[in-house]
Amino acid sequence: MDVSEQTPLIHARGLVKRFGDLVAVDGIDFDVHKGEAFGFLGPNGAGKSSTMRMIGCVSPPSDGTLSILGLDPQRDGAAIRAHLGVVPQLDTLDFELTVRENVIIYGRYFGLSRKELRRRADELLEFVQLDERADSRVEPLSGGMKRRLTIARSLVNEPNLLLLDEPTTGLDPQARHLVWDRLFRLKQRGATLVLTTHYMDEAEQLCDRLVVMDKGRIVAEGSPRELIVRYSTREVVELRFRDEPSFDLSTHVNGLARRIEALPDRTLLYTDDGDATADRIHELGLHPQSVLVRRSTLEDVFLHLTGRTLVEE
Amino acid sequence: MTAVAYAFRSYEFWLAYYRRVWRGSIVSSFVNPVFYLAALGIGLGTLVNKSAAPPGGVTYSHFVAPGLLAAAAMQIGSAESTWPVMGSFKWTRSYYAMASTPLGAASILAGHQLFVATRVLISATVYLAVIAAFGGIHSWLAVFAPVAGLLTGLAFSAPIAAFAATAESDTAFSTIFRFLVVPMFLFSGTFFPISRLPVALEWVAYATPLWHGVDLCRGLVLGTAHGLAALGHVAYLLAWIVGGLAVGRVTYARRLQR
Repeated sequence: MDVSEQTPLIHARGLVKRFGDLVAVDGIDFDVHKGEAFGFLGPNGAGKSSTMRMIGCVSPPSDGTLSILGLDPQRDGAAIRAHLGVVPQLDTLDFELTVRENVIIYGRYFGLSRKELRRRADELLEFVQLDERADSRVEPLSGGMKRRLTIARSLVNEPNLLLLDEPTTGLDPQARHLVWDRLFRLKQRGATLVLTTHYMDEAEQLCDRLVVMDKGRIVAEGSPRELIVRYSTREVVELRFRDEPSFDLSTHVNGLARRIEALPDRTLLYTDDGDATADRIHELGLHPQSVLVRRSTLEDVFLHLTGRTLVEE
Repeated sequence: MTAVAYAFRSYEFWLAYYRRVWRGSIVSSFVNPVFYLAALGIGLGTLVNKSAAPPGGVTYSHFVAPGLLAAAAMQIGSAESTWPVMGSFKWTRSYYAMASTPLGAASILAGHQLFVATRVLISATVYLAVIAAFGGIHSWLAVFAPVAGLLTGLAFSAPIAAFAATAESDTAFSTIFRFLVVPMFLFSGTFFPISRLPVALEWVAYATPLWHGVDLCRGLVLGTAHGLAALGHVAYLLAWIVGGLAVGRVTYARRLQR
């Protein structure tokens, strides 16, 4: 598809999605440019998936402007979808078919020839490290393998834009790293990725730029690093107490940290020098069960912006 | 034209899926007619033929066989558009896979119905072959009986698919079978002429798509079909098909957009 370099691949202004009285997406603006890895970070129910389904041209916007690859999703939905790769939140693989058949049948939906599809299936299955399982049925595959197959399938039409809705939710850490590794390679090849996630480490690993979503709105935008610099401190001290601390830590905020967040299970002290803050805790005569000094993450950005954690425990 | 091409792309998915299960379904579409015709024709038929003048002036097995062809078409058409349709939205989610490609709601529905049509046509053709083996064919018009069966099957599958696209659970499907499919099977002229029914019920039977399918098949196989009546049957069955597809297009689009 011919899209000039300056035109964003996705252009959204005042985008709204309503389901009856529920406002899932409440007027968001964003642009995604060619070659970028763009993320929507937010907890469940923030409106990420609804946004993805509008970008995927399966769910029409309730209001606002949306243009994908320079086209109007309402009018040119089929033409746009012909150039999208979609990895949905829930797998839509055909369990009765083999791994290779899944890629080929999906490719047929795009009108590609069987001969060409056999070639592409071999190539893609090798890319996602499933070439040895090509003739096995899908059902017995592990969750991570199914996810990688979904990714292979989404690439069969050589998409201009790859949409990944929570690509690693539900996978064990090793399987997640395998998926991230493949997505990182795609990024290096210049693919444009749009992904949603509620894992801050996923956003940090993969996204060049991201928006933080909460309750249908965008609350911040930037690169992972920019967001951390803007909304958090360099380091964080996490304290866990066996019992309630004998006095209110927040009265000591000036001497200890720039900001204190008290969560039900732990207390977070935001500071530029974690070790110095940890030392001060002991000088104050406090005896937490555990003290952990770590770098700030997007989780801290989200907590600061919304007062809530990303993954509800 | 693209809409037709798209429908065939979705049809290919169903064929790929069918390649894994076709052996079992071919066996049952062969065994069922043999069992039914043996039990009803040879078993029950010998009693019927002795006790009274057989309906339509033919032996009972020859009378009941074309009706069974139409009834089997109804059952396959209904079954293929209940659980498989809801399952493609809820369980396998294969409709959503298609919807993320250039295929739209109309071609997704049409592709699946093309597959149901294939299933019904195969079953009706096997049925006709079994009827021929039992010596039940009285007219060359019988070659059109599988087409009549096809129309009968689709007259059920199209509206039922439209409904199944709105279903959240399969409880309604048992209701469809218990209160629509089974009563039609028993009372729409498959086993006895509907003129034997009380007058009020006879009119109900006239309204059922199955009676039109049964009467059409019987007319073709026994060679008693009247041109105008046959056209009327075809038109009535087509109306259910077209209506079902029109509503299905809307219910499919709504479900996919949610």
